[in-house]
Amino acid sequence: MTSEDKVIEIRDLYKYYGERRALGALSFTIESGQIIGLLGLNGAGKTTTLRILACDLLPTSGTVRVGGVDVVSDPDAVRAKIGYLPDSPPLYPEMTVREYLRFAGKIRGLKRAQLTQRVDEVIQLTELGAVRDDRIATLSHGFRQRVGIAQAIVHRPQLVVLDEPISGLDPVQIVEMRELVRSLGGEHTVIISSHILSEISETCDRILVIGEGTIIADGSEAELGARWLSGMRVEIVARHAAGADLAQFWESIRRLQGVLDITPREPREQGTNLLTFEVQMDRDVRESVVAFLVERGLGVLQLSRSHRDLEDVFLQLSGSAAVAASNSNQGNGQGEATP
Amino acid sequence: MNQALILARRELGAFVRSPLGAAIVASVLLIDGILFYWQALAEKLLSAEVLEQFFYNASGTTMIAGIVLSMRLLAEERQMGTFTLLNTSPLGEREIVLGKYIAAVVMLGIMTLLTAYMPLLIFVNGKVSIGHILVGYTGLLLLGSATLAIGLFASSLTASTVVAGIIAAAITGALILTWALARAVDAPLNAVLAGMALHHQNFKPFMSGTLDFGCVTYYLMVTLFFLVAATKMVEARRWR
Repeated sequence: MTSEDKVIEIRDLYKYYGERRALGALSFTIESGQIIGLLGLNGAGKTTTLRILACDLLPTSGTVRVGGVDVVSDPDAVRAKIGYLPDSPPLYPEMTVREYLRFAGKIRGLKRAQLTQRVDEVIQLTELGAVRDDRIATLSHGFRQRVGIAQAIVHRPQLVVLDEPISGLDPVQIVEMRELVRSLGGEHTVIISSHILSEISETCDRILVIGEGTIIADGSEAELGARWLSGMRVEIVARHAAGADLAQFWESIRRLQGVLDITPREPREQGTNLLTFEVQMDRDVRESVVAFLVERGLGVLQLSRSHRDLEDVFLQLSGSAAVAASNSNQGNGQGEATP
Repeated sequence: MNQALILARRELGAFVRSPLGAAIVASVLLIDGILFYWQALAEKLLSAEVLEQFFYNASGTTMIAGIVLSMRLLAEERQMGTFTLLNTSPLGEREIVLGKYIAAVVMLGIMTLLTAYMPLLIFVNGKVSIGHILVGYTGLLLLGSATLAIGLFASSLTASTVVAGIIAAAITGALILTWALARAVDAPLNAVLAGMALHHQNFKPFMSGTLDFGCVTYYLMVTLFFLVAATKMVEARRWR
């Protein structure tokens, strides 16, 4: 990979707020056209990393380059390459959506000739057409997030940085926001932060797990699962015969080769004689489990890989990072505050 | 400069749309009108003295309006989180400060011009020169511009508009009171302090219709000093 392919290049980045270390040592690179998820608990260093990338915060030490340009030595050149949506969208409530986007485009150097066309394009892309002439003060949270994204892309930046764009949205808005972020992937490189894996796992090509200011895991959801999970967990919805002996059934399935445990779950759907349960396996024995169920006269309605497993890995990794950092600080006698 | 004008235009739009802008203009016009009626017209004075009294009264309301208009310019952006938009755009610190300042000066200028009916009444019914009126307004605008620069500097120090207002009022008050301090100290310090006074020695010539270039230079220097200080503060805080 040449340096031209790298949109973001971070090496040994440290950021201290007084005595407290918020980041460090942080190193990673991101290639052009990817959608990257920055995953971490609150206080792990996500926002600090994104603010440094957006030239909103000065790093204490280390190298941060965006499109080959150093954020410290030439911040204005970097700012021209970046579109940034902070965790709270920077909106002027008295302006209409169109006025605001025109203003955002103008201060980023869009010429008058391109401005109208580009503003119309981003309004269409972010589906803001219905509210284009409405005052921002009157918009719902979901629309405000969309306006925030629209201002971040209005100048066609190389890199789009989105800090928790899904936070506070309702389920329908979350689905729409995922589609919007995915649609940005072709034209822009996108980095998006969240503290909830499921919010970004469906959108991102690659996930960087950050804990205590450093990268603790890096890869796609599948790669992280393969690396960190032993075996797998599946969730099954099945219909059993009336009067079936469920206690014996649980016991039999537990004795199957490769099955470690079975846990009944809250029913996913309403219906007579429906069972929802999670099977933990030490290897992929899904076929044997399904064959066993069918043999016992159960109708398998649904089998899906459980999301819970990777969430657990993420929590374990984050927890380990916190403990390691705490031990390290006690050893150093620095007494760092836990964010 | 072009980028600063874009920012100034947005800021002016915010002034016009907010009730604060209208409230400031209305308050200034009301107070100036009442003072003009009570003090200038109720007493038996020469036309030139009435005009002088008007500029004296208007200088007070202009300074207060200057502080109120400018205290929110940067502080409110920080308070609302919109400063991030400016901070992460290719706008320079100088353009940010200049854009905000230009908008406030235009607003203050419109407000000051709306008081012109009072001197015009004296001009029509009495005997004053146009030159006196123009010089008086030049003084008002220079004083207002200097106060706006002080307020903008105060606004760059904090995210609270109230705190910014208090800081601006404190600096303005201290600069006004240097003439009083000048009376209490010996030469040559008294001359220095009197020369630093934001109002007394530097504004009186404008009130009486005398265009003193020393006073013009003083107000321009105060304005420049606080604008540069505000720019430096924005620069320092940009990277925090």
